[in-house]
Amino acid sequence: MSVAQETPVSAIKAPSLPPRRNGRWSGYAHLLMARMLELKREPEVVFWVFVFPLLLALGLGIAFRNKPGDAISVAIVDGSNAANAQSMLALSPHHEQFRPQIVSAEEARKGFRLGKYDLVIQPSAGQGFEYRYDPARPESVLAKTEVNDALQAAAGRKDILSTTSIASSEPGSRYIDFLIPGLLGMNLMNSGMWGIGFALVDMRQRKLLKRFVGTPMRRGDFLLALASSRLILMIVEVGLLLAFGVLFFHMRVMGSVGTIALIAGLGSLTFGGVGLLTASRAQKIESVSGLINLVMMPMWIFSGVFFSYERFPAIIHPLIKALPLTALNDALRTSILEGTPLLHQWSRLLIMLLWGGISFLLALKWFRWT
Amino acid sequence: MPAAIECRDLRKTYDGKVEAVRGLNLQIQAGECFGLLGPNGAGKTTTIEILEGLLQPTSGHVSIFGHTWQENEREMREWLGISLQETRLSDKLTVRETIELFASFYREPRSSDEVLGQLQLTEKADSWVGKLSGGQRQRLAVATALVCNPKILFLDEPTTGLDPQSRRQLWEIIRVFQRDGGTVLLTTHYMDEAERLCDRLAIVDHGQIIAEGSPADLIDRLGGHHVVEFAVNQDLNGAATALWRSLPSVESVREENGLVELNVREPHLTIPALLDSIAKQGSALEHLSTRQASLEDVFVRLTGRHLRDD
Repeated sequence: MSVAQETPVSAIKAPSLPPRRNGRWSGYAHLLMARMLELKREPEVVFWVFVFPLLLALGLGIAFRNKPGDAISVAIVDGSNAANAQSMLALSPHHEQFRPQIVSAEEARKGFRLGKYDLVIQPSAGQGFEYRYDPARPESVLAKTEVNDALQAAAGRKDILSTTSIASSEPGSRYIDFLIPGLLGMNLMNSGMWGIGFALVDMRQRKLLKRFVGTPMRRGDFLLALASSRLILMIVEVGLLLAFGVLFFHMRVMGSVGTIALIAGLGSLTFGGVGLLTASRAQKIESVSGLINLVMMPMWIFSGVFFSYERFPAIIHPLIKALPLTALNDALRTSILEGTPLLHQWSRLLIMLLWGGISFLLALKWFRWT
Repeated sequence: MPAAIECRDLRKTYDGKVEAVRGLNLQIQAGECFGLLGPNGAGKTTTIEILEGLLQPTSGHVSIFGHTWQENEREMREWLGISLQETRLSDKLTVRETIELFASFYREPRSSDEVLGQLQLTEKADSWVGKLSGGQRQRLAVATALVCNPKILFLDEPTTGLDPQSRRQLWEIIRVFQRDGGTVLLTTHYMDEAERLCDRLAIVDHGQIIAEGSPADLIDRLGGHHVVEFAVNQDLNGAATALWRSLPSVESVREENGLVELNVREPHLTIPALLDSIAKQGSALEHLSTRQASLEDVFVRLTGRHLRDD
């Protein structure tokens, strides 16, 4: 009798394999892997976390780019002296910076109102000109000064003092240089809040959290895996955006990669903690979405993402500086643009640590697994 | 040997108002398949989640193989396979990844391939969970419970919403688990499921057990294994009920929407007498049928309501 014939055949139960043993970190490793796979397979996540900040940086970077010798567009109202004005401007040694156009009075006024022209030149009686400009628009004020100088020089004015100017637009002081660290900070906040807060409530709503706590899974491992997945994503996010700034906008990164990674990592965990707190009790996606937006809204406005918070009244600056995103943005900005060492930023790091730490402790206290 | 599952005087009050469970006692032996049967909102899910250690009871005592949740939760979790009502597993993981994930939480899980094979999911092993049919999803939910090689399987309404073929497949899986020595506690509001699967069951209504025993026992307690249903063309008032009750071999009478139901021991004695008495009254039969008594009849008899009344 052959061995095969001796073996009983069971349709349902396959021959039992020797039991395998799982180590201490098996649950953590699988949770982390599952989370990363899910993120990878979610095209929306890839877009919002990676592509969207790049598009935002690209769009804003182009819109606010420092155009070499920003052209001054001037409307010259059609009239007896209009051609004269145009030729006088052309005589200027810096004539390439003017873009004069002879148009009707009506068109000049309309174009000026829409920001198409920075200045309107109205030939007045005799040889004179009348300037129409807007004192509230810096480019309009500049245009008036530059045009006036050019016209006066062409008319024979001599400069008594000898001066020379050197054009200097160094990387590091442009808008895009201000913007990229701000976008980094905002992105770390967005993905921390959504990546932790939304993911948790989603799992709670699907009763997956309850199902997990019905197993011997260590709850700490679960939270650790979630935080780890955020950190891994953070490295990619920060790397992509910085590389993009360097390649496309010739941004100069002064701080060390280690310092930047440390600040970004701390920021990521801070907002992970805040996200965890936001999601600690909510049962529905709808309610947590509102909460997350409510928490993030003040920081979008105040924390210096797109423009400096110096524009707000000085009296509220201490409040603004106490926000975690302000601390993160400031820390990223000084590290990236000025290479300030970490030690000099301890107060900002402490603000983030406190926000993250206190949120985390409160979240643990209030968190609902079921 | 201590009972597999035991609870005494279990109570659960939500927000100090809603009494979901009101003094429930259960003792389930190792190797039994025990069913909690009752309508929606009877307190079945609350009860099973307290037994699973996922909900705190307001008062009462729970033990699993003699251990309590307060003392020994970590260890007890190794013995339990749980399938909750309506857990939505992650759509973007494959079936195998999901099973491996759950397996990773246990010290000595079964091999995923073996579980996939047992639940007939081998072909779907690499499909995303989001692409599965209802029956396949439910089998996967049970697979995540079986992968830990549990001593007790908790199933909360495992077949609700499934097509007949998927239900049969699940029943078979439960039977095999029990045959291999496992203990099963399931909740259901399907009578046929309880009759086929459960060694013993408890009928739960308003958070209390109103009857307990084997399916055959419970049906026996009705008094008659047969039900004779009939309708006559005249509206007979209450007096008629006494008349039907006095017919030979009739154990009990119920009337609903003009349809009379008799619980009967021996239909061949009852039916001729019934026809006679109807003829004597000068009325005519509009409907007559007989059938085997079911758990549904037990439930209706005990509560005056149908199980699936919503």
